[in-house]
Amino acid sequence: MHVPDGFLDAPTSVATGVLAAGTVALALRGARRELDERTAPLAGLTAAFVFAVQMVNFPVGAGTSGHLVGGALTAVLVGPWTAVLCTTVVLVVQAVLFADGGLTALGTNVTLMGLVAVGAGYGVFRLLVALLPRTRGGLLAAAGAGAFVSVPAAALVFVGLFAVGGVADVPLGAVAAAMGGVHVLIGIGEAVITVAVLGAVLSVRPDLVHGAAHLRRPADLATRPGLHAEEAVR
Amino acid sequence: MSRRRGLWLAGLLVTLVVAGFVSYHASSSPDGLEWAAGETGFADTARDSATAGSPLADYAVAGVDDGRLSGGLAGVAGVAVTLVLAGGLTLVLRRRTGRPAVDAAAGPARD
Repeated sequence: MHVPDGFLDAPTSVATGVLAAGTVALALRGARRELDERTAPLAGLTAAFVFAVQMVNFPVGAGTSGHLVGGALTAVLVGPWTAVLCTTVVLVVQAVLFADGGLTALGTNVTLMGLVAVGAGYGVFRLLVALLPRTRGGLLAAAGAGAFVSVPAAALVFVGLFAVGGVADVPLGAVAAAMGGVHVLIGIGEAVITVAVLGAVLSVRPDLVHGAAHLRRPADLATRPGLHAEEAVR
Repeated sequence: MSRRRGLWLAGLLVTLVVAGFVSYHASSSPDGLEWAAGETGFADTARDSATAGSPLADYAVAGVDDGRLSGGLAGVAGVAVTLVLAGGLTLVLRRRTGRPAVDAAAGPARD
């Protein structure tokens, strides 16, 4: 998913750079509301974890691979604004130290994986959390669906950027079909990893999971013994 | 307190194992974007990054010949840098309430 230098022309790269900078500026404000003494250390670790897991490309179909983007996972774990910042740090480290993703394409990559993947993943998650049973299973299903959607969403936004500012003159429909198709498959892997990691964290420290606030709210209010206690422990 | 530190240390251990060891077994096939670019004919418009000469470029440490060691060291270095940058940023941004437990439990419920 990391866009190299050269795929998109300079005006498009500048535009995504401005969009990315604006998103990060908003995230710097928004993350203050999500981070406190307990969750801040988890946020730093989550970024490092996403960096590590992004090194592990998994095979999808014939001769292709993909890796976790982590937008939905990070947003559910530590909050969407913090997820934008964590993803951006990962992308900067990858571009500057590891030559993974272009430097002029950094704004594009922050837009695709920071803004679009986090936004789409967390948006679908919140929508489904409102619709599904308020249980651990419902939460994991919502997170998995958000993770699944986030990858083809980012891929299709790339196709949109390519339509505007792609350097090569190739049929757009073919690009959309190839990008959409392969990233649906990668999205399955994204969902599997997201559900596995989130399930593991939920089983030991559900109180640290930003997106699980609706599961623990009854426990916080349970000054009346036993009223919602069994709901809270599920 | 100890359980929080336990999760953090366990998470760090998993992260280091993934970056240091599991990464060696990653698929080396082109990723989705590279594959799509090749299939549709715009792969050759990619340009080398200005950082392509970095001593850690392509997740290998320059001068370390053993692929397993080189990739593992690069991964651990990347984890360390990411942890310092993201951890430092989030620590600077966090609310200092003096009542972290109560505040954290109530905080996310408001948005």
